[in-house]
Parts: sequence; C-alpha cells; structure tokens
Amino acid sequence: MPAPKSTRFLAACAAAFALLLLACLAIGAAPPEATMGVVQKIFYFHVPSAWLLMLSALVSAGGSLAYLFRGSERGDRVALAAAELGVLFGLCVLVSGPLWAKAAWGAYWQWEARLTSSLLLWLMMVAYLLARRYGGPAARRLAAALALFAAVDIPLVYFSVRFFRSIHPQTTVVSTLGPGMRGAFWLSLAAFTGLWFVLLSVRLAAEKAQAEIVELEILLEQAEEEKS
Amino acid sequence: MTGNFLRHTLLVAGKDLRIEGRSREVLYTMAFSAALVVLVFSFALSNAADPAQGPIVAAGVLWAATLLTGTVALGRVLDRERENEAIRALLLSPVPRSAIYAGKLIAVFLLMLAVEVAVVVLVSVLFSTEVFAHPGYLALVLMLGTLGFAATGVVFSAALLRSRSRDALLGALLFPIVIPALLAASRATACMFDPLAPDLQPVLFWLRFLFATDVVYIALGLWLFEPVVCGD
Repeated sequence: MPAPKSTRFLAACAAAFALLLLACLAIGAAPPEATMGVVQKIFYFHVPSAWLLMLSALVSAGGSLAYLFRGSERGDRVALAAAELGVLFGLCVLVSGPLWAKAAWGAYWQWEARLTSSLLLWLMMVAYLLARRYGGPAARRLAAALALFAAVDIPLVYFSVRFFRSIHPQTTVVSTLGPGMRGAFWLSLAAFTGLWFVLLSVRLAAEKAQAEIVELEILLEQAEEEKS
Repeated sequence: MTGNFLRHTLLVAGKDLRIEGRSREVLYTMAFSAALVVLVFSFALSNAADPAQGPIVAAGVLWAATLLTGTVALGRVLDRERENEAIRALLLSPVPRSAIYAGKLIAVFLLMLAVEVAVVVLVSVLFSTEVFAHPGYLALVLMLGTLGFAATGVVFSAALLRSRSRDALLGALLFPIVIPALLAASRATACMFDPLAPDLQPVLFWLRFLFATDVVYIALGLWLFEPVVCGD
C-alpha cells in the first residue's frame, strides 16, 4: 500500500531541509575565493535564487498556457503558486546581488543587461500578482497573458551576459569553480530547488483547499435556498 | 482567407480611425499630455543638462512621453467599445478575433505615431538636439518602438475592459513587459541624436533587437487575444 499523501509530503519536507542543512555546511566548508574572500559565498545563494526565479516564470507560463487554452484549473493554481515563488526568489536575487556588487564593483547597482532583465522579470511576476488580485472579472486570464509575455524575458535574462557587453559574471563561471566550491554549489542548487518544490506543493494544496471551500459554500447556499 | 483577414483588420482599424477623425478626442488629449510631459522634463532638467548628455536626455524624454501618452490612447480606443457594450457586438460579428486585435493595433499605432511626430519636433526645440540627422532611421525606430508597445498594450487594455481599476492597472501591468523594447528604442534614438557618435552600428543592433521583440509581441498578441478577451 502506498504511504499516505501527508507522510510522503513530510518525508519530502524533511529531505529538502536536510539537503539545505547539508548545503549550509558545504558552503561553510568551501574554500574562500582568492580575490573576493568571504563575499563570494553569496554566490551559493544568489545563483540558485536566480535559477529559481527563471524556473518560476517558466512554470507560471506553462500553467497559464494550460489554463488559457484548456481551461485547466490546476494549471491556473500552478501558475499562481509559481508566480508567488518567483516574487520570493526574485527578491532574494535582487537583495543578494547588490550586496555582492557593492563589494566587487563598488556600487550596489549598475544599469546593465543582466541586472535590468532580472529586475524586469521580477517586476513582471509582481505585476502578475497585481493583475490576479485587482484585475476584475477577467483577472485570471489577464494574469495568464502576463505570465506568457513574461516568459519572453527568460531567455533575455539567461543570454544577456553573452549578447550584451556586461560586467556581470558569465554563465560559464560555474565550470571554472574549484573542486571544493563546485560540490557546495551543486548541493546548494539541489537544496534550493528541493525547497522550491516543497513550497510549491504547500501552496498548491492551500489553493486547492481554498477552491474546495468555495465549492462547499456554494453547495451550502444552494441547500439552504432549497430548504427555505 | 488572408485577404479576408486583411479586409476585416482594415475595417476595424478604419472604424476606430473614423470615430477618432470626427471627435479628435484621443489625438488632442494625447498631444497635449505629451507636450506637458516634455515640458515638465524640460523644466526639471534645464539646470542639470550636461551638453554631453543632451542626446541621451532628449531620447529618454521622447520615449517617456511616448510611453505615458500611449497608455492614454490604449485606454480610450478600447474604452469606446465599453460604451453601450459595443465590445459584445464586435465579438459577435463574423470577424476573426485576431483581426479585431490587428485592427485595434493599427489604430493605436497610427494615433501614437501622429503624436510622436509632434513630440520629436518639441524635443528638438526644447532640448536643442539635432533630431533629424538620420530621418530614415528615426522613422524606423519610432515605428518599431511604437509597434511593440501597441502590440502588447492592446491585449492588456482589452482584458482590463471590465475592470474597475483599469486606469491604475494598465500602466502597472504593461510597463514591465514593454520596457525591454522601449529601452532598445531609447538607446537607438540616443545614438542617432548624438553628433559625436562614431558610427551607427549600435543603432543597427538595437533596430534588429526591436524587430525581434516586435515579432514576438505581435505573434503573442494574435495568439492570446481571443482566449484572454473571450473567456466568459
């Protein structure tokens, strides 16, 4: 007999947090970078957050596509949950990036392609939530269109360091990492992604429960009307 | 099929432009707001203007005015369909929804372009910039930049047709999406306004970038307009 859903979920949570703890230990044990020293450790936090911002935007667009063209309610819930996570992890990128930049470049912010496109992607995720909440009768379809337009920005964020003259480190920096750093980086990436999946499933369960409550309320109202 | 699509598109665009031609409401309001935006920037930046930064400032003001007044055009052109529920009649008519989108796009595009011509002249006077050094490129950048803005804007403006907070939301939702195109347009414009620019290579780069984003935005608009507007 398969384990009940709640047990499987708790196991996934425990695994994700164990991985996160392990990643923290690995980041602590990783050797400091030669020129930047301890500041470079932001990298283990910043890069996974940036990857999750892009993943969130992509998943939100996928969910929106399913909702818009197939009327999938689940797709809509996935799009909303992913957009919320996009805002959360985007905030992590936009806070950790400038902290590193102040130490490495001497300024918190530079107007260059990677920073601008990441900021825009984050703003689009915030706009998605705004559209969802205040968009009126067509809010969900409007938000879905926004998520699909936002998806155009994802390749722009990823390839911006190659297409434009950029002072942001290149995407190839990962393959140049020392052995101690590489392990910590991949572990941190896996832990963050695990955390993302756990948060997504929690949010999806909450949204599903919310939809069920609304359905029950409607049924209750109908029953009361019939009674009276 | 293609001929029909084109005919329907031109019918929708012609209808909007004819209404506008009779009242000139959107055109006059847009032109006046655009002039005010340029004036406000001109007052605000008059003491800070470093001659070397002049072309960048002029290009920025031109596109900021376009962005802000374009929202007025988008709001009004689609708003007319709300009066007497005209949108319902339009959607029920035997016209493909993508042709309605394309028609609205053409109407907004032409209105914005007409106002931009006036804005360019005003910017050239108030910011003492040589704006007509490369008239062909300038026309191309204005057209491509405006097309990208209108292509996205029509989808969102139509989706917000029945929303009460439409005026507040339209800009908030639209600007993050169109900023990449407008950044490209403003960079290209700054380069061609600059008499000291060594060559026009950056202009060509940004023009290609604008063209690519326009193609994507229009394709997405044609594809998404129907499910977004006709979901109920």
